[in-house]
Amino acid sequence: MPDPRERGRCRDSAHHEDVSDPVDHLFRRESGRILAALTRVFGFHNLELAEDVMQDALCRALEVWKHHGMPDNPSAWLMTTAKNHAVDVLRRERTARRFAPEITRLLESEWTFRPTVEAAFGAHAIQDDELRMMFSCVDPRLTEEAQVALILHILCGFSVSEISNAFLCTSAAAEKRIARAKKVLAKDTQLFELAGTGDFCTRLSAVHRALYLLFNEGYHGANTKTVVRVELCREAMRLATLLRDHSLAATPPTLALLALMCLHAARMPSRVDDSGSLSLLPDQDRSQWNRELIQEGQRLLEQAATGDVISEFHVEAAIAWCHASAPTARATNWAQIIGLYDTLLHIRPSPVIALNRANAIAQHAGPEQGLTAIHAIADRERLKTYPFYPMALGELELQCGRRGAASQHFKAALQLARNPTEQRFMQERLDACAV
Amino acid sequence: MSEFLYVYRGGNGDWAEQSPEQIQQVMQKWMTWMQGLAEQGHLKDRGHPLEPAGKVVSGKVVTDGPYAEKDLVGGYTLVEAKDLAQAAELSKGCPILENGGAVEIRPIMKM
Repeated sequence: MPDPRERGRCRDSAHHEDVSDPVDHLFRRESGRILAALTRVFGFHNLELAEDVMQDALCRALEVWKHHGMPDNPSAWLMTTAKNHAVDVLRRERTARRFAPEITRLLESEWTFRPTVEAAFGAHAIQDDELRMMFSCVDPRLTEEAQVALILHILCGFSVSEISNAFLCTSAAAEKRIARAKKVLAKDTQLFELAGTGDFCTRLSAVHRALYLLFNEGYHGANTKTVVRVELCREAMRLATLLRDHSLAATPPTLALLALMCLHAARMPSRVDDSGSLSLLPDQDRSQWNRELIQEGQRLLEQAATGDVISEFHVEAAIAWCHASAPTARATNWAQIIGLYDTLLHIRPSPVIALNRANAIAQHAGPEQGLTAIHAIADRERLKTYPFYPMALGELELQCGRRGAASQHFKAALQLARNPTEQRFMQERLDACAV
Repeated sequence: MSEFLYVYRGGNGDWAEQSPEQIQQVMQKWMTWMQGLAEQGHLKDRGHPLEPAGKVVSGKVVTDGPYAEKDLVGGYTLVEAKDLAQAAELSKGCPILENGGAVEIRPIMKM
């Protein structure tokens, strides 16, 4: 039986939204757990079969629950239904199909059949299965985009069209990406083994990266629908919480990553203002920031401060903490933030980070200094298509009183804007030059 | 008050194409609708869903389901209403109608 406490635990950091929703994306969440458990028993090469069985369990729930209402423990009901169906499949097809190698022999005898299946669907096994699935999805043979899409599809129950909607790509493109990724993984018969080996550490870093990208897509991504963005962030946080709750995976970088997510998610409600326009950090209504999440982030960041490795997540979380703990933009400790950006650039050189550092310098030492810092970014060519690059230039030129130069930059930014929200934002800045 | 049987036909759509979230949304609509009937005192018996497979016995011939998808009876519910018109009116909120299904409303014959 699944442990109901498990869901409660996820909720503390990942469920500040949608408190009014009684069932709380239950099907989406359980689909990932069920699919992971089934795939462990059936083997990765039978993922499609596992998907059918999972889908069937959800449809049964739909039929029965619509008449009789939800059972007391809906998660357990769903898992038991899937298990019973899996037993039928295993019995019917055990001679015709190869299942997971680790259990194939145990399925041959009636003596071991039932205990094997029961053990596979035990609460503890299932929690491990979800993690193992996550580690399987970040296979080095796949691109990072494919890894993220696969995690969303398999562990978060996003359909192909929901994924294409979230990433603003065509359904065909998402379909292709997922089908190709599944094909690569189907070459393995087993889920990734959780053991403290070197391979585990490499994969854990890849999981961090994928969850970070998933969260970022929700936080900064091109999709304009707040619901979609919140969902992506929430799923990234839920999966990061699973890592935190596993003894091997709860490393300092894991804690720092979750801290970073909490501290950013705390500011989420204020990123888009009442009229649906983008609102930048200095202009945000700080009273809307979620205090609970800020505290949770701080707690995690403190817990993460062990060991001798400072990951990029540590530094980013520390930057987010500087912002989240400042009463106003002006009262922010910009000098500390600049120092943290220096460290971050050392760990992960990137022109976008350098641009953020330049913005911090502008806040700390004035717009002219900020402009100098931007012009000093070595590989700023790579920012050519990033709308917030000309936007930052325009903003600082405007602060220096050079309206002509500013409006040129804002025009360039408008050209690069990726969605109506960004377009409206850039247009407003452009209009401000004319006043 | 009279009693009426709601017979749910078709409306199963292609669930294989639906995401868990979409399935849950349909389920929640059903639960809300049923709860509405119960709160207004119209729900006599929640009834049951039916398995899609079964047998048809006709004369001496026994055949297997499945039956035509569109006419497949998916379940039934017993409601109480003033008259047939009210029973029909109440069924209009049934989520099956959004999925191309139908509710057949049959008065229970009085003794």
